[in-house]
Amino acid sequence: MKEKDIPQDESALKDVTREVVYAKGEDGKYVSSLSQGWNVKKEALDNAWDDVNEKIEEAKQAVINGEKSPIYYFKEKTLMDMPTITGYTGFWSFTVKRHFKPSVFKKLSDKKLAIYAKAFDISIEELKSPDLS
Amino acid sequence: MINDFNHIQAAHCENGVTTSLLKHHGIDIINEPLAFGIGSGLFYIHIPFMVVNGGPALSFRTMPGAIFQRTAKALDIKVKRKKFRSEEAANDYLKQMLDQGIPVGCQVGVFHLPYFPKEYRFHFNAHNLIVYGYENGEYLVSDPVMEGTNRLTEEELTKVRFAQGALAPKGHIYYPENIKEVDPETLKKAVRTGIKRNVRDMLKIPGSIAGVSGIKYTAGKVRKWREKLGVRRAGLYLGQIVRMQEEIGTGGGGFRFIYGAFLEQAADILGKDELLKVSEDITAAGDMWRNTAVQMAGVYKGRITEQKDFDETADMMIAIYEKEKETFKKLSKIKLN
Repeated sequence: MKEKDIPQDESALKDVTREVVYAKGEDGKYVSSLSQGWNVKKEALDNAWDDVNEKIEEAKQAVINGEKSPIYYFKEKTLMDMPTITGYTGFWSFTVKRHFKPSVFKKLSDKKLAIYAKAFDISIEELKSPDLS
Repeated sequence: MINDFNHIQAAHCENGVTTSLLKHHGIDIINEPLAFGIGSGLFYIHIPFMVVNGGPALSFRTMPGAIFQRTAKALDIKVKRKKFRSEEAANDYLKQMLDQGIPVGCQVGVFHLPYFPKEYRFHFNAHNLIVYGYENGEYLVSDPVMEGTNRLTEEELTKVRFAQGALAPKGHIYYPENIKEVDPETLKKAVRTGIKRNVRDMLKIPGSIAGVSGIKYTAGKVRKWREKLGVRRAGLYLGQIVRMQEEIGTGGGGFRFIYGAFLEQAADILGKDELLKVSEDITAAGDMWRNTAVQMAGVYKGRITEQKDFDETADMMIAIYEKEKETFKKLSKIKLN
């Protein structure tokens, strides 16, 4: 890539930072230069977020329909996969999966709820009755 | 406690930490492409049956930590590393280092990194930054992908140092020890070693998923994704390839171009003009990767979504496989001594 061809498209990095890119300068030697973004990767990132938001929406519906507990919803909302949530809570993955069941969730002690609330960075109240509007 | 520290921005966080920490200790010869090349940073691997953020698990560079480790070793510098069980111990140790005037590299997760734009915050735990001081309850941070320096409260820094999930950093801290001047012979040897190891990594790792063969492997997958996953999911998978190739946070940054810049410097250091031609070749490969990203964007933007478009994408990757294979073969034949 030539230095003059480095894309300068508006992206999520706007007002935050620009990225260093290595490219060929006028004399054919490498230089490092700054780019404020590239549409091709902006679209890839936007797309990934659409997918995340879809999953959060599905999780929300599952809680409203009484199929899943709020733990499942907040796990999706905070983009956690199984290793991440087990890491933050210290629970085994089969325990976490059990806690996804609304019937099991209802009987959880405040102590366990507090562990989840901390992992999701919310209050116990919010965990018990999440805002699903 | 504020230590003098010169923030250097880099295309990739680990190159940046390596370069900045070594420069801080007076090793002026080092720069990002050199650190990347001596550390044999260029790579490709596609790990089947592993899923990252719901997409394919692949990488365009060597494993996290290796660039710093190898570059320091090649320059005859010892690296001190420490991980912690307790957050308190991790904090105490960090303060202790800073009080002694030693800036340190930290492995962190980006999900809770407040100065990153929200769009870039996934649970990616192999990001690297430097802490060089503290003041009024805040740590002074030099994050190599940022244009300027940043500040994190103790709570914020602890959170990212103890992020959980795959590659959890566990407070991982590291810094170079026993620094001495790098003489020209050591540098030449380091550059040679770096090149040879990179040739080995790209051409000689057995199996079909790592090195240049990995690119062919992914191409084969791309051909099948549309039928197997449907257009929407297949598009997301292609998006993940592009993000791995290009994005900050996940560790992108046009690695082929950085390697091209390295070979240009290597030609000078070793007095081998043949390396300039190989630098041109790897630059061409980088351009091919970018063209493939444009093609992939056509798919995930929903502009081109037929099987023939997937086949065309795969064909472009096969061409890259051939180009990089030929390039590294050429590189392997150059006598470096």
